[in-house]
Amino acid sequence: MTELKTTPLNAAHRALGARMVGFGGYDMPVQYEGVLAEHRWTREHAGLFDVSHMGQAKITGADAVSWFERFVPGDYQVLKAGKQKYSLLLNDDGGIMDDLMAGKPDHAGLYVVVNAGNKEEDFAYLQARLEGDVTLTRLEDRALLAIQGPEAAGVMAGHEPVLADMGFMECARLMLFGVDCFISRSGYTGEDGYEISVPADQAERIWNTLLEDARVKPIGLGARDSLRLEAGLPLHGHDIDPTTSPVEGALTFALSKSRKERADFPGADRILKELADGPTRVRVGLHVKEGAPAREGAEIADAEGTVVGKVTSGGPSPTLSHNIAMGYVPPHLSELGTELKVIVRGKPAAATVIAMPFVAQRYYRKPKA
Amino acid sequence: MKFTKDHEWVKLDGEVATVGITTHAADQLGDVVFVEVPEVGKTVGKGDSFAVVESVKAASDVYAPVSGEVVEANEVLSGAPETVNADAEGEGWFARIKVSDASQLDGLMDRAAYDAFLATL
Repeated sequence: MTELKTTPLNAAHRALGARMVGFGGYDMPVQYEGVLAEHRWTREHAGLFDVSHMGQAKITGADAVSWFERFVPGDYQVLKAGKQKYSLLLNDDGGIMDDLMAGKPDHAGLYVVVNAGNKEEDFAYLQARLEGDVTLTRLEDRALLAIQGPEAAGVMAGHEPVLADMGFMECARLMLFGVDCFISRSGYTGEDGYEISVPADQAERIWNTLLEDARVKPIGLGARDSLRLEAGLPLHGHDIDPTTSPVEGALTFALSKSRKERADFPGADRILKELADGPTRVRVGLHVKEGAPAREGAEIADAEGTVVGKVTSGGPSPTLSHNIAMGYVPPHLSELGTELKVIVRGKPAAATVIAMPFVAQRYYRKPKA
Repeated sequence: MKFTKDHEWVKLDGEVATVGITTHAADQLGDVVFVEVPEVGKTVGKGDSFAVVESVKAASDVYAPVSGEVVEANEVLSGAPETVNADAEGEGWFARIKVSDASQLDGLMDRAAYDAFLATL
């Protein structure tokens, strides 16, 4: 077993009494006071997350944006400065190697964040394909914090008033807490909030500064997972993987119209065919109406009991007080209201296809000027 | 009360053993959100998985600390699984097992031995 890496906040987590686990190759806090309490705190106040295990990079050079578009189906050429966009790193078969955020916080190319467990592979893949003047620089001297919840905006405005005016998916590079930061109004909980990239040697000071606010509590990966599940957000390696296409993964919003017209992204043949003719399977949300939580790997059966798919993640929803899951079924069983079964430890339990997000997202949309 | 290295407890009353998971186990699991108790009448063998306890994150098997027939299951846990966190070694019991042979408990730890075992973890 390889030794776990640590984030710049490892000592801070231990000082807070966190229970630590290995995740994505890192020694990470799974919980502080308890998953349910942390989940609810984030939905009601502001939760602070250490997501420094994720991969941050800058891609620069005159051709950086057009080069990056060769690997993703999003239109980054038209993306305005100060905006970011969710996208997918696609393999040549149109499968999802990773999902990511890429934005233009400053006027120097793109700032990209990828998943912890995929970052070595992602960056090696991209670096092997560099061309011309394009440079990919990993920002390993940076930590990444997320502050999420209805009180996150109030907390952050107390440190920098201009942050109140950022809209969902806007990003910036600015001085915060006296240091050079990348910040975006985004997250992985379905709540309003920010992700803040800070210099690693300043991370503990900023983390502690934010925790001094009574509205803010530290939140572990356990609640991060239950929050993102309620928000209907897929976890790569579980709900989507290199065999899954964006159409199967119900992520067609990440396919920009212009890119579909140009059909110039990896796996465009397969993906456009699936858009036209339908995929063989599609990710759906399930309300598990009885019995135990249906977790990753549980089979999904149709009303007659024939196995038609599998759950990719699931568990109790603290907000809804019932069990929820996401998984793959054939498109003819994906209509909202379809009655299915999930099989947990040999026992079938009733489940209904319902819309995701399971819990309404509360992103901050700027009023139109 | 006797304890196993798998963090179950057993309390023998006549020939019926009440079994559950220890406070330490409940604390480690975190918030218990679902408990599957065994059916009454089921025969369980020592070391068999006879119940399941689930936290937000994961499902964990609970192993029978003794062999015998399940004569009662704690149905309170289906509606109030959090009882396991609140009182693991009392109201949060899982099942009552009619033990075939009381000497099965001989190899189990007493409180002092279990506490000493926890200190080594």
